Order: sequence, then C-alpha cells, then structure tokens
Amino acid sequence: MVALATPRVAGGVAPRRRPWREPSVLPGFAGALGFTLLYVGLIILLPLAALAARPWEHGLQGVLDAILKPRTLAALRLSFGAALLAAFVNVAMGLLIAWVLGRYRFPGRRIVDALVDLPFALPTAVAGIALATLYGPNGWIGAALARGGVKVAFTPTGVFVALLAVGLPFVVRAVQPVLDDLDASLEEAAQTLGANPVQTFARVILPALAPALITGFALAFARGAGEYGSVIFIAGNMPGVSEIAPLVIVTRLEQYDYAGAASVGLAMLAISLLALVAVNAVQVAMSRRGGR
Amino acid sequence: MTLTIDGVYKQFGRFPALTGVSLEVRDGEFLSLLGPSGSGKTTLLRVLAGLDKPDHGWVYLDGVDFLALSARERRIGLVFQQYALFRHMTAARNIAFGLEVRPRAARPSRTEIAARVEQLLALVQIEGLGARYPAQLSGGQRQRVAVARALAVEPRLLLLDEPFGALDTKVRKELRGELRRIHDATGVTTILVTHDQEEAMALADRVVLMNHGRIEQIGAPAELDAAPASPFVFTFLGETNRLPCEVAAGVARFEGFTAPVICPAHPADGRAVALFRPEDTRLDAGPKADGLPARVADIRGRGPVRSIACQVLGGQRLVAEVAEVAAERFEIGQRVHLTVRRVVLDTNGAGRRGASVEPATAPVRLTA
Amino acid sequence: MSSPSVGARRVAGPVPGILLAVALGWLALVIGAPLATVLAQALSKGVGAFLATFSEPDALAAIRLTLLVAAIAVPLNAAFGLAAAWSIAKFEFRGKTLLLTLIDLPLSLSPVVAGLVWVLLFGARGWFGPWLEGAGIKVIFAVPGIVLGTILVTVPLIARELIPLMAEQGADEELAAITLGAGGWTVFRRVTLPNVRWALLHGVLLCNARAMGEFGAVSVVSGHIRGLTETLPLHVEALYNDYDFVGAFAAATLLAGLAVVTLAAKTVLERAIR
Repeated sequence: MVALATPRVAGGVAPRRRPWREPSVLPGFAGALGFTLLYVGLIILLPLAALAARPWEHGLQGVLDAILKPRTLAALRLSFGAALLAAFVNVAMGLLIAWVLGRYRFPGRRIVDALVDLPFALPTAVAGIALATLYGPNGWIGAALARGGVKVAFTPTGVFVALLAVGLPFVVRAVQPVLDDLDASLEEAAQTLGANPVQTFARVILPALAPALITGFALAFARGAGEYGSVIFIAGNMPGVSEIAPLVIVTRLEQYDYAGAASVGLAMLAISLLALVAVNAVQVAMSRRGGR
Repeated sequence: MTLTIDGVYKQFGRFPALTGVSLEVRDGEFLSLLGPSGSGKTTLLRVLAGLDKPDHGWVYLDGVDFLALSARERRIGLVFQQYALFRHMTAARNIAFGLEVRPRAARPSRTEIAARVEQLLALVQIEGLGARYPAQLSGGQRQRVAVARALAVEPRLLLLDEPFGALDTKVRKELRGELRRIHDATGVTTILVTHDQEEAMALADRVVLMNHGRIEQIGAPAELDAAPASPFVFTFLGETNRLPCEVAAGVARFEGFTAPVICPAHPADGRAVALFRPEDTRLDAGPKADGLPARVADIRGRGPVRSIACQVLGGQRLVAEVAEVAAERFEIGQRVHLTVRRVVLDTNGAGRRGASVEPATAPVRLTA
Repeated sequence: MSSPSVGARRVAGPVPGILLAVALGWLALVIGAPLATVLAQALSKGVGAFLATFSEPDALAAIRLTLLVAAIAVPLNAAFGLAAAWSIAKFEFRGKTLLLTLIDLPLSLSPVVAGLVWVLLFGARGWFGPWLEGAGIKVIFAVPGIVLGTILVTVPLIARELIPLMAEQGADEELAAITLGAGGWTVFRRVTLPNVRWALLHGVLLCNARAMGEFGAVSVVSGHIRGLTETLPLHVEALYNDYDFVGAFAAATLLAGLAVVTLAAKTVLERAIR
C-alpha cells in the first residue's frame, strides 16, 4: 500500500478526475437528490419538454405563422409593453416605499409593511374583479376618471394599471434588505465631504441600490408579462387592441390548436428568459465594476 | 489507548492535503497539530473524526482498524472551529444530545443524563448556564459548552479544531489554561489543531509541526526550540533575523564573530544565509568588543523584555531581545557590536516563504 | 437584523412628509382601494346576501375542491422543498446551479402556460392523452389536472425559503450530531428540521396562499364544470361573469381574508425568526 502510494509523492500531484460529488459523511444524499430530480423531472422538465416540442408540428413556418399573426403580435406587444411600463413605475414607487418604510418611523408602519405583500398573497382573480369594478364606469375611481373623459377599464391602459399592483412587492422586497444593510457611514462620509442630501442620494445611495432595483425590475416585468387573473377582467379583451398574450393561448386551446397555443407560450417564456438573462448580464457587469 | 496513524494520503482535486503522514499518539497525551493554513492539519483531524476518508493509509486505535468505523461509531469528541452548537437547544440539551441519541438499551436514564450534564457544566465551569441558548452565551462560554458536549459521550479521543480562533486575545489565554486543566482532570487523549505556535507550544505535551501535507517535526515544545529539524520549523516557531554568512566545518562565520549551526546537522561548506532569533542575539556596547558593528536604531517594548533594532553596515536591520535592565545601557544612535548564540541555515528559502507563516502573537515587530 | 434600521428617523420637515404622503397614497390607491372594493361590493346588499353565497352547493363544492387541491399540492411541495434543500444545501455536487435554475424556472412562467403544458401532455390531443383516454383516466378538465397546474405554479416557493437558509447554516451542526453518535434520521429530525422550522412554515403559508388562490393555470385545465372542477377562484370568475356581483365579491372576500390572514401570520413569523 505504501509502495503504491509513494510514486504519487515522487511524481508530485497526480491529477485525478474530480468526482461529480464531494464525499460527505452526511447520510441521505442519494435519496434526497433522487426524489428532487424525479420531482423536477416530472413537474418541471417533462411539461417544459412538451412546451418546447409541441410548437414544431407544422415546422418552423407553423411556429412563425402562429406568432406573427397580427392578433398574436398585438397581444404580445400589449403584455410585454404594459409589463415594461409598469415595471418602470414599480421601480420608482417601490424605491420610494422601501425608503419610507426603512427610514421613517410612523404609526402603522408594520401594517403598511405587511400590506405591501398583499399582491403576492391575494388571489389574482380577486384583484382582477376588484380592479375591473374600481376602474369601471360605476367604480370609485372609474366614475371620477370618466367625468374627466379618461377611460381605464376595458382598454390597454387597464392592463397597465392592473400590473402596477402586481409588480410592486417584487421591487420593495428586493430593495428593502439592501437599504437596511447600507452602511450608515457611507452617507455620513458623503455628508462630511460636503454633499447635500440630493447628491448623497443620487451618488452614494442610488448606485448601491441599483442591483437590487434591477432585480426587482426584472421580477416585476417577468411576472407582469405573464399575468392573467389580475388583468383579464379589466383588459376588455378586444382582439388586436386590449387582448393579452395569455388570453391568446387560452383561445387557441379552446380551438384545440395545441401547436399554436404552445408556440405563443414558448415565445412568452423565451422573451421572459431572455429578459432575465440580459438583466443578469447587466448585473454581472455592474458587480465587476463595483468590485463586489 | 494508542492511536497509530500510518502513511495517510489525502488529495482534494489537485490539491494534496496529506502526503504520507505517520504518527503515534500516546495514551492520555495532549498533542497539538501545528502548521500554516493548507498544511493538512485540519484534514488530518477530519480523517481521525471520520468526516474525511483518506485515499491511502491506515489508522488504528489499539490495533483495531479505525477507518472501518463510521464517524458515528468512532466515539470521538470533536470541537468544531465555530463550535457547531445546536442553536435551537439549550446548553444543557446540547451537552445531553450525545447521550440522548444512543439506542434505548445503551441510553442512560433521564436522571443519569441530567446528573452527567450538571457534572460536565461544573467541569467546564459554567454551572447555572445550562438553560441558556447558544445565542445567549459569550464566545468563551460557547466554547466551554462545545467541550462539555464533546466530553459527554466519554470519548476515546478529544479533537479540537482551532477552538480559540473565534475568541479575543484575553479570553483565549484564559481558556487555554482551562483546556489544559480539563485535559488533566479527565485524562482524555487530546489532539488540538492550531496555526498559533504560541498556543501549541504553551498547551501541548508534544507538538506535530506540519507543512505542505507532511510532518516537519514531532517533539516536545522544548525539543522543537532546542533542535529544529528544518529552517521551516525554526521560522514558523518564532521571529527570525537573516544575515549572510560563510559556513565551514559546522560553524557559521560572520564579520567579527562566529556561531554554531544547529540545523542542518551536517551543513555544507560555503556561502549561506543564517537565520537566528532576536533572543539569541546579543549586543555589546564596549568599544573593544567582538562582533558585527551596528548602530542602535530603535528601542521598543514593555515589560521585562525590550526589542532593540540595530542597523548594520550593509543597511540591514536586525532585532535583538534584551532584558529590561540590560536595555537601559543602550540608546538610539549608539554604536554596538552584535553577536549571535546559534543559527539555522536557510537551506531552501523557507525563511523568505514565511508569507504563510502567521505567528498570531508575535513580539513587537521592528523590521517595518 | 435588528428592526430599527440604520439611519431610521422620525418624520420631520417637509421633504419626508411629502415622501411619506406620496408613498402611503400610492399604496392606498394600488393595494388599499381594490381591497376595500372587494369588501364594499360583497356587503353592498347587506350581510344576508353576503352569507347566502356560502349556502350555495356550488360554492361549498368549490371551497371543498380548493381545500383538497391545497392539501395535495402543499405537502408534496413541502417534501420536495426539504429534499431539494437537503441535497443542494448540505452537499457539494456538479450541476447544482443548473438544478437551482430549473427549480426557479416556474417563477418566470405565465400561469396560463403552466396550465397549458399539462394540456399538451394529458389533453385530448396531448402526448399521453389518447393513452389516458384508453385507460379511462381523466387528468385534464378533472381534479388531477388542477392539482398538477397548482403544483407547477407553486413548486419553487418552499424550496426557495429552505435552500438559502440551510446553505447559510452549513452542515457543521449535522456533522457534530453524527460524531456524537446520532443516526441520519435522528440528525434530520432533531437538528436540521428544528433549525428550519420557521422558514418551512413561512414557505408553507405562502405556498398555501398561492395554491388556494391560483387562477390562470387552473383556469386552463379545469374545464369549469360547476360543482365538480371549479375551485374557489374559478367560482369567483363564474359568478362575476353571471353578473352575480355580490356572490362573486363574497367569495372573493373569503379568498382576500385568506390572503390577509396569511400576511398576518407571515409577519408574526418573520418577527419570530428574527
């Protein structure tokens, strides 16, 4: 045995193939990972495989036909466009709310903080019918807007308004921990160097929060683009005008056009994932620059 | 109880953590595994604890193959670097854990366990803190709980992985003494892993000095001091000065003085670099004295010892440690002559590679 | 994390006052107003009409189905979360990042697509549809499809609570328990599980709220058969489309109540964790 081992010393380090897992004395790895993989395979991979494979039944042309139909394109543009706009507003308002919750003490702060998560927990259908009523011709806000000649419900604007609630918690919850952990000495240092509050915020605090804001933006965008329940009641669903992309899928399915439905679904997932990848790339670039 | 470690090899990916370690641990001794980070000391400890499997080699406990036993079956007490106390259990429940998880037949009764916990709390001198959770204990108290928890299973071997790393200097010194007292009171064979040479030398019966996955030297602290086996051992165990010399017949010849070479045993003749300790360096203020001419550049320190930095003609700075009373005879700018009691030859540049050497409690550094 | 955050201050001066007013006003508009609308509409014809909704057999069937779906989906996702967190957080192996990405993937999925994929698999013209039809098993437009859609939408929620926490806690406590002689099951039950119990509960609460409230995925696979395949959110939609606004908002109030209770429990839990 010792003789066997000696050449290794003499020859320095014999490069050995790295095993696929590090050995550990903790038990249960095979069972836990096996169950995890089985579950991921059946619940996530198999369905996604179907989503990836089904659109091609009529070849590439079939997919293109399904996606490039004016009605589909309009729906995709509405879903992703409204989500994009709403995500920008969410970033601004989410930052403000996170700031107020983190920096100011006021009565009821804890309740307000908890309420921020309501769009996470509130079933989307509930939010949907509430918004449709609220902004409808007889609703508290809808009636007031109607007097000013503004129509929100059953228009593309309605989609945007509905997504304002959907994305908000993503931004607030992404920013809050970073804001809480922000070193107070950073702000103090900026102040001792003569920066006014606006300069301190714009040049010290905002850059530190930027990665979290981008994360929140991406999550709000991805969630908003796919949103169905909160939007469907207020959207109006007029093809080509106020019809959202998920509704196109539902309509295709009702016509048993599986390939068409899958094409739109795959396109939606692809756009969302591309957006997330792009955001990741931006963040990696930023973290390099920031040396973190 | 005798623990025999024989030819143990362990490699992580391309990194050789242990390259043929053999060692005999005596019954009841306090052994310290000392070395810089990456020297393999923690890997060796984890092999003994059963948390890592060696690639080659044997470990026997009283002639029985220890490696064939799982970590669970080895009955060793392991104190983790960050203690790994169960955060959701009180100190007492932590200590009782090893007894409570025994199979029903071997499990002591509730009252026996409670009594044993009380006894251990007393042994580590935290009576009355049994009901506290780890988060409610200080670092030092947590370490005492960790030691008590490890001792509760009446381990055949107590292993400690850098147990003082997370503590501040004062608590560290206090707990060092405590640990030695607990060892002497229980008689349990103890292996302590540390990178702090002062800690190892102060605590252990024998020190195993490791480097690059190998044992450099094994011996009692005094033996390591008196007869270092390599320049690495010498530099790792304390502050050193460096000075070029000419070696002939086992004696290092410097300008104005000579000094015996204590390592290597049979030095080759010729040019070399000598390493020597500040405490082996003597200064003489007499005008006619022998030695290397130098000028006092700085005097620092407090207590019984002063560190005197001297500038020699070549521009080098050498440090001498001098008793407080003797130091009063020197002042900055004064001409002195410097001699050295004994030297080690830097045969492989180990003195320069001292970057990985981190004596945590070094005397005041002057060679800035 | 202590709750009074760095630089926290009382509202003083005009700028903070304005910021606070804008923030609270926005929250009232975006979150408060819809919630108030639900209550106001539900009670617009009095408490009697509100309560009458819940004596309808279809409403009761919808509540029962919603509870059944959650009772299947949540424990399964909890078991998955624990298994995934145990293997990912306590062990080192290749492909971990890929696995984590896959687990997160359903978060970027439109709920409608999360329903669609099951139709593609088990629908009348799906991969396994004809085979299932031959065997007499109904998945789509039946309870199994609703359960699958719900599981897919909620699968990451518990795992994502557990994985970061267990990774942060490391494996030292488990290793310590093993050197003290504990077996695998004992280690899990007495060391790992107590250490993550609050996060697990937190994840279960969120997962449950989402499972009971899921609309898009369930809508695609349910078939909307009253009294049979209608969950409570689908029932809300059906009543709303029938212009039974009191009924729709009464059922919605029940769901909103669930959301509020979930948030309250979550807030209490988060304070317990700290």
